[in-house]
Amino acid sequence: MAKLAKSPWLLHYDASSCNGCDIEVLDCTTPRYDIERFGIINTGDPFQADILLITGGINNQCESVVRQLYSQMPDPKVVVAVGICACTGGVFKDCYNIKGGVDTVIPVDVYVPGCAARPQAIIDGVVKALEILEQKRKAYSEKQEQDSRA
Amino acid sequence: MQVVSVVLYLILAPFVGALLDGFDRIISARMQGRKGPPLLQPFYDLAKLFSKQMLAVNSVQMLLNLSYLVFLAVAGAMLFAGADILMSLFILSTADMFLVMAASSDSSPFSTLGAGREMIQIMAYEPMTLLLAVGFYLATGSFQVIDIIRMPYSTVLTMPGFLIGFFFVMAIKLRKSPFDLSTSHHAHQELVKGLTTEMAGPTFAIMNIAEYYEMTLMLGIVALFFINENWWSWPIAIIACLFVFFLEILWDNVCARVKWRTLLDSCWVVTLLSGGLNGLILMLIR
Repeated sequence: MAKLAKSPWLLHYDASSCNGCDIEVLDCTTPRYDIERFGIINTGDPFQADILLITGGINNQCESVVRQLYSQMPDPKVVVAVGICACTGGVFKDCYNIKGGVDTVIPVDVYVPGCAARPQAIIDGVVKALEILEQKRKAYSEKQEQDSRA
Repeated sequence: MQVVSVVLYLILAPFVGALLDGFDRIISARMQGRKGPPLLQPFYDLAKLFSKQMLAVNSVQMLLNLSYLVFLAVAGAMLFAGADILMSLFILSTADMFLVMAASSDSSPFSTLGAGREMIQIMAYEPMTLLLAVGFYLATGSFQVIDIIRMPYSTVLTMPGFLIGFFFVMAIKLRKSPFDLSTSHHAHQELVKGLTTEMAGPTFAIMNIAEYYEMTLMLGIVALFFINENWWSWPIAIIACLFVFFLEILWDNVCARVKWRTLLDSCWVVTLLSGGLNGLILMLIR
């Protein structure tokens, strides 16, 4: 397997979630699911993260935070929207303060639906994200080589 | 002979450190009822970090991190060359100052706070490391590592208190609970990642490699307690090192993080009681 796929570090951000999906994300680190066996670490630091996990829809208050977190992560990086609110806005879609899913603010690579998304589904989503991360890494290193030649 | 041992240290120390870290993560996971990552996970992490984008808020941070790495390698090389242990320990503290500067070179409040805490940690462990050098002098009559390992008996027999004290402060150096105030291997501490918060990709990888050098240096000092002129003391020293490392992992997993005040108080009390008393006894019987 490739470099990134063996050591993906997560950054988990709660946009406006009801905490249902957040608890399921934390569930992934417990002995029953133990995501560390894939080398995955739930880090709190955007500078060291490869995968951004976002739960909940985006509202006007958290929009700038999500943008900043995304911009602070070094390339290559992927975004996973966890739960139906993060995917589309869910039942809060038509609220006056909700902009919609995460993809209204930053590009999303993997959508994990569910209310709340089950730990198995989250792990499945992260593993899907790893493939995309690997493609992005290849594109990134090719771009690096082109830049160094230019 | 000395050249060989220094070259071996410089080449092998990061690998030994990373392997020990791999074991550490598996053993910790098993203690918590989990399966844990593969043994070679630290190597995968390093390879990943080097392939990431170089994201730094300033250009001096990488230089300071490299200085941290180089000074740690020099400190370890001095120990493995059989040179002056006092000098090696001084260079070790100098190295740590570069890490503090690297962390405070950016504007992140988490990083700056982590740097402050690292200074407190230096204050906590420094008395013990200095006393340790004095202890070796009292026990063997020399600061030279080469003389210490040529003693007819292991120094641990005359300085067990120093070993206990050193075990205590080693938790700070290995960044283990209860003393991982400035940064932690585990996620979700109150300071995000403390002094490594603004280190991304290659910069963080350099910092990790430096930590592996430091880990090997620490275990080298533990081995110094056990090695004497007999060949069979070497395997005993290696087993002792692994046992001490296991005890540190156990301690890491059963303890919560303490406040800085408790860190200072406990380290100084243990230093005085175990190192100081042992030193006094050595002075009296000399």
